[in-house]
Amino acid sequence: MSSLKVTLLSGRSLSQAKAKVSGKFSEEYVQNVAVCELDPDDLKSLGMSPGQNIRVTTRTGSVVVKGLASSQAPHRGIAFIPYGPWANMVLPSETQGTGMPSFKGVEAELTPAPDERVLGLTSLVAEMTRGVSR
Amino acid sequence: MTKQVVPDVVCTFCGATCDDLQVTVEDGKVIGVRGGCAISLRKLTEYGRDRHRTPLMKKNGELQGTSYEEAIHRSAEILTNARYPILYGWSSTSCEASRVGLELAEWVGGVMDNTTTVCHGPTLLAVHDIGEVSASFGEIRERADLVVYWGSNPVHSHPHHTLRLALEKGRFRSGRKDRTIIVVDVRRTDTTKMADHFLQITPNGDYELLCALRMAVRGDELEQGVIAGIQAEKIEEVADLMVGCEFGILFFGVGLTMTLGKHRNVDAALSLIRDLNSRTKFLVMPMRGWYNVAGANQVSAWVTGYPYGVDLSLGYPRYNPGDTTVIDILTRGDCDAALVVASDPVSNFPVEATRHLAQVPVITIDPRPSATALISEVVFPSTVVGIETGGSMYRMDGVALRARAVVPPPPGIRSDVATLRDILAEVKKLKVAASN
Repeated sequence: MSSLKVTLLSGRSLSQAKAKVSGKFSEEYVQNVAVCELDPDDLKSLGMSPGQNIRVTTRTGSVVVKGLASSQAPHRGIAFIPYGPWANMVLPSETQGTGMPSFKGVEAELTPAPDERVLGLTSLVAEMTRGVSR
Repeated sequence: MTKQVVPDVVCTFCGATCDDLQVTVEDGKVIGVRGGCAISLRKLTEYGRDRHRTPLMKKNGELQGTSYEEAIHRSAEILTNARYPILYGWSSTSCEASRVGLELAEWVGGVMDNTTTVCHGPTLLAVHDIGEVSASFGEIRERADLVVYWGSNPVHSHPHHTLRLALEKGRFRSGRKDRTIIVVDVRRTDTTKMADHFLQITPNGDYELLCALRMAVRGDELEQGVIAGIQAEKIEEVADLMVGCEFGILFFGVGLTMTLGKHRNVDAALSLIRDLNSRTKFLVMPMRGWYNVAGANQVSAWVTGYPYGVDLSLGYPRYNPGDTTVIDILTRGDCDAALVVASDPVSNFPVEATRHLAQVPVITIDPRPSATALISEVVFPSTVVGIETGGSMYRMDGVALRARAVVPPPPGIRSDVATLRDILAEVKKLKVAASN
């Protein structure tokens, strides 16, 4: 299966912020936050159509989100995921002694994931904390 | 039926902390908002949806409704028994909440950290080193003829920031046409659409470009043809615009603090501004994220001398970002309890930090359900600051604002300040009992 190496950014988007104030357990929140915006040509190079699921993998972890064609192209090689628990699954926690992890500029690999599903918030938190006990 | 228009309402969402909204209230409910952005409109009309209605406590592995008294006692026990608790959040609530939180942190020997730690923490480190030249929004609106947004997309993150400052008419500027707007970002955004000059830099290239701009401002020759993806001629053109303006402002976002270089990127930006001030008047301001993150820094600094990441475990404040900051503490697995106020670290922290948080008892105080509430031992509801309860806050430019309640809170729901005071009183009681 094809794959693509990109630089991953996370950040605030208007739709993420609006969905957040409406409630994190709303369908709107998943629809607007569990997404990865790609340059349309990058999406094409993966053989994907907008709206299909995509797996994002970094050295920290892996997560499935919905792949979208960015309306801000061209930005070949740059992928954007809104701030939120889905992005956090793949972001590293090292702070290089500053207290601040790298939420932007992280190397990632993208692969199409047509047969995998995007987890809802409750399932995602369960996945994050799997095997963890008090 | 009583209908009332409340003027000058403060929006409690982003760090631009707009204070010019008009809210129409009828029978204790918000029915209309004027002057707000898409986010504030949503916040002010949907604050009542999906709320915690009672305190919750984990019993037999599940969160179940409980009384305030029981939840406060359990929270005080958790914090009193902890060796090294973290007290985190504080940016989406009032200064009054931070003040009580700091006293609580002192009593339980914990670490008091706010969301600055995962936002503009590196900015504050750079400000400690270099200093910053700043002003209030009013000065910027009246005078700025050059506005730079660097690593920030305010059209999405702070929707009315540009409307109130860059695009607005000022006393000495007749509006947009009297201002030059420069945007620096790694990708096009809705903010770049309004720019006169857009510099699309390579990811993690901020430090290089800032240093190149400093060279160009000083009149040094740029030897490379392309720096961080930008042609040297373009860098020189932008440097000339900066030197040639009458009153410039650089607003920078977390595009500088979250990427390679972190506080060093901000060092370079502040140094550029220092250089520019030998040629013209130029200011710099971080685009703070939450409506009172600046206030959380202020209160922490008044009380302890330090703006975030303050360790009170030895009975006096210590500050060593990278060590006494929550991501590092969680990643090392050091803390053994957490109090989270008006924040959702499970939605905001890298997974490795969350995995440790899930291993310790967490107390959450938040008006609404969150991912963090799912892993919490105790969850308190709270009123929404700026809608159901008043409070003090600091806008990103350091101007203090007082938000009022515009509607009454839901019956039986207390403010986070009241809950924190009750937990503090119970902690004092347990500590005194233990020492006797």
